[in-house]
Amino acid sequence: MNFPKELKYSKTHEWVRFQEDGTAYIGITDYAQDQLGDLVFVNLPAAGDALQAGESFADVESVKAVSDVNAPVSGTVKEVNEALADAPEKMNEAPYDAWFVLAEGITDTDALMTAEEYEAFIAEEG
Amino acid sequence: MKLIFERSVPGRSTAYLPEAPRTDLGFPLREKPPRLPELSESQVDRHYTELAKETRGVNGGFYPLGSCTMKYNPAVLETAANQPGFTDVHPLQPDESVQGCLEVMQLAERYLCEITGMDAMTLQPAAGAHGEFTGLLLIKAWHRSRGDLARTKVIVPDSAHGTNPASAAMAGFEVVNIPSDSHGYVDLEALRAAVGPDTAGLMLTNPNTVGLFDPNIAEITKIVHEAGGLNYYDGANLNAIMGIVRPGDMGFDVVHINLHKTFATPHGGGGPGSGPSGCKDFLKEFLPGIRVSEKDGMLCGTAAEKRIGDVRSFGGNFLVIVKALAYLMFIGREGVAETASNAVLNANYMMNCLKDLYPMAYDATCMHEFVITLEQMKHDTGVSALDMAKALLDYGMHPPTMYFPLIVHEALMVEPTETESRETLDEAVEVFRRIMDEAKADPEHMHERPRTTRVRRPDEVKAARKPVVRYDFDA
Amino acid sequence: MGTYVPNTRAEQQQMLEACGFTSFEDMYSCIPEKLRLKKPLQLPEGKTELEIVRAAEAAARKNRVYPTVFRGAGAYRHFIPSIVKEVTGKEEFRTAYTPYQAEISQGVLQSIFEFQTGICELTGMAAANASVYDGATAAAEACEMCREKTRRRVLVSATVDPKILSVVRTYSFGRDGEVTVVPEKDGVTDPDALEQLLDDETACFLLQQPNRYGCMEDADQAAAVVHGAKAKLIMSCNPIALAVMKTPGEIGADIAVGEGQPLGLPLAYGGPYLGFMAADEKMMRKLPGRIVGETTDINGTRCYVLTLQAREQHIRREKAGSNICSNEALCALTAAVYLAAMGPENMRRAALTCHANAAALKAKLTESGLKPVHDCPFFHEFVMQAADEAQAEQILAALDRADILGGLPLGEGKMLWCATEMNTQEEIDRAASIVKEVLEA
Repeated sequence: MNFPKELKYSKTHEWVRFQEDGTAYIGITDYAQDQLGDLVFVNLPAAGDALQAGESFADVESVKAVSDVNAPVSGTVKEVNEALADAPEKMNEAPYDAWFVLAEGITDTDALMTAEEYEAFIAEEG
Repeated sequence: MKLIFERSVPGRSTAYLPEAPRTDLGFPLREKPPRLPELSESQVDRHYTELAKETRGVNGGFYPLGSCTMKYNPAVLETAANQPGFTDVHPLQPDESVQGCLEVMQLAERYLCEITGMDAMTLQPAAGAHGEFTGLLLIKAWHRSRGDLARTKVIVPDSAHGTNPASAAMAGFEVVNIPSDSHGYVDLEALRAAVGPDTAGLMLTNPNTVGLFDPNIAEITKIVHEAGGLNYYDGANLNAIMGIVRPGDMGFDVVHINLHKTFATPHGGGGPGSGPSGCKDFLKEFLPGIRVSEKDGMLCGTAAEKRIGDVRSFGGNFLVIVKALAYLMFIGREGVAETASNAVLNANYMMNCLKDLYPMAYDATCMHEFVITLEQMKHDTGVSALDMAKALLDYGMHPPTMYFPLIVHEALMVEPTETESRETLDEAVEVFRRIMDEAKADPEHMHERPRTTRVRRPDEVKAARKPVVRYDFDA
Repeated sequence: MGTYVPNTRAEQQQMLEACGFTSFEDMYSCIPEKLRLKKPLQLPEGKTELEIVRAAEAAARKNRVYPTVFRGAGAYRHFIPSIVKEVTGKEEFRTAYTPYQAEISQGVLQSIFEFQTGICELTGMAAANASVYDGATAAAEACEMCREKTRRRVLVSATVDPKILSVVRTYSFGRDGEVTVVPEKDGVTDPDALEQLLDDETACFLLQQPNRYGCMEDADQAAAVVHGAKAKLIMSCNPIALAVMKTPGEIGADIAVGEGQPLGLPLAYGGPYLGFMAADEKMMRKLPGRIVGETTDINGTRCYVLTLQAREQHIRREKAGSNICSNEALCALTAAVYLAAMGPENMRRAALTCHANAAALKAKLTESGLKPVHDCPFFHEFVMQAADEAQAEQILAALDRADILGGLPLGEGKMLWCATEMNTQEEIDRAASIVKEVLEA
């Protein structure tokens, strides 16, 4: 399983890629996609929606289940990856390219983990 | 197999109707006619005969689909419903011209109220979930009529059918899920902690969805009543207890029943059903649809003053109601309990014949269905409940319900119903035992089951990722 | 008397013992004694099948079957080719459950896929579901599909069938949403009122085509203003009219729904009927209930499965858009067989004959002295005015004596008349002459 060093991670298995301008891309981790199995659809928020750290902002569907995706940080949705809805397999095939939203005005970042911390966390949890 | 659209030959047609007179429609027309199939009648007939061959009905074989009560659908029910005096009656005819229909509705309401211990019932809801929605709206309307606007929450155990929380949400309630205890019963402490001045009601199935009768039922309904809420009975499992114990006597205020399960009307590959919604006296003024009463020797349908509004057009799935009534009249007073008793007996008999080989989720006398858990087997050998279900197909048997209830892992839920003979049950047990032997001998190959069907393990991921839900004429 | 339990008493006793029970009483010992029924149910004793058939025949005889029907208002008498009943009576289709096990349910799954395709063709839409309970619940579900966080209000034309409006209101009462009725003018939706009522809190507008008076609405104009306000357009359509009229797809509607009863289902005192729902590509995943999709199996064979199930109540539970589980599958099959048998040619004949007969009836009734209420294009229904309510009652009573079910009284002497391909010229003439007699008396 792959956990890129440059990303931050949440306990509910989302990743955050901070940009230089203070915005950040958000998606689900390799571990999450592996646990969820083949994903077939994603319900995304709309641009302008508020993100509240720890609360659901999207959900992903497999054939027989639906799972909430929590916001790893607080902020506002700046941009939504609409293309993901047409290519849900990307979440399985390339989870770190398959960003859900680009967020801005980000706060509540204290609980985020580094790649090493996250790897240790899932080793313990699994 | 070809789609009916792929059999179409331009110009082919059967003369069902005379050529239309020339007429000027005077409104905007569609550009092209709909691309419906152009076929001879013989082609239509044979196409559907082929489809029928690839469809499994309960009248054709054992169908132990847990939670679905797939009992035999007696032929006479069709005879009863196919009377032209029922099929060719317009729903907006004057009451005096539909006295027979009104009589059917009056009797059906009376008998179903008697069986459930309710005081009044609407036959308008078209299915079980529709009945749930209706019943919850009765609860909502009642609280509102008392000016009690704080009751916004409905309590639902985690073992409930998905329709329960979905119906509660549709009725505008917030759903409070409470856990079940280790027996699958309602956790009384969790219930006590959950109820309060915001409780509108509790939704419960009893026997519950793991096939056990909750012995604390009187206490459960009391807790909810004392908190000011109402009790909703999901009649999905009524077949186990009708004639033995009544929801009304257990403390329930509102029920729905599934005529297409308990009362033997056929399910039609998914419907039509019928989900009458019954209630105690104090709620009847809110009932939707019409209720039948007698006035000057004439039956008439009247709508309740404060009704919640209609939940569908007209009085309900009338022909389904005719069938259920015919069934009830056939089995009669004694037959109701005898039916339930044998449904429970058949389930216990099968469970007993299997429990040495199949781990049961709960070690107790079951009601009309029992739940196997293959969690250990999945862990040890990789063989899942799905694999076992698919292996049953190789023996021509319809598998049990898989992966429900959600609180049991790797669940197979078996509901044989009372209309199966001992030989059928014995044969089914034999098949279950044989596939367990096969799974133990060769777990790897279980993932390839079924082997014998024309279609094997459709790719559901592909279907959901790139949905194709209609024929593409241009492909 | 009897049940459908095959096992004899002796077998039952052996089975009880095999389970370790002494009796049925013992088997039920988990049910608290104090709750159990102490007295027999107040039901009649069981009857034999012969008696059941007699009882059904006796009850059915108490109903009147009118050989001549000029009443519709949401339930329509049409010709049903014999093949339809022949196919839908097959045990496999009739007694199957929902096709959860795809391997042994390809027949019913394919039939639903074909139904969905037929509905898409009739409506001109991209995707259809496997049915809901009836046309009214289809309209109500469609309205709920459109509600969004900031767009909570549903607009419904006053020309929508009041039975449908009632169900839309009931569903809205459930979700605590708002319903506003758009006034009518001259038998159709008032276009100015519609434009005024549309705002940024409007989720959708529900229009019926043809409407409750039989009139054809200006759907193109409605689509333009509704979409101009970024709301959705839902069209509730008569499926026979769809054989000829401009489709919701061509008009640009977001959702098309309707009552499928005219497609091969008998009147049956109101049910079972068939709600059909179709949507454009964007709204597909919001459709409620079962949807069948095409896929392939492990051998690459084309096959069909229930798909997009994560929308549904058994997975999404309280977050599901709808609670629907059982639908009207056998009625959907009926419609599919009807469409396959009729084909485009018989559908065209049915639609045109409906209109021609309705036009002839309207002309004849006008000659007899009734006044047409609306001056608008219509399909197979129209409203006529008698002098007053008493006269309308006299007309209907006189027709009733002649075994004719006349138009539906709407109050104030108005009657909603309907003609279909089932009516003959002779019936139309006879009805008109009876009306004339009453008016001249």
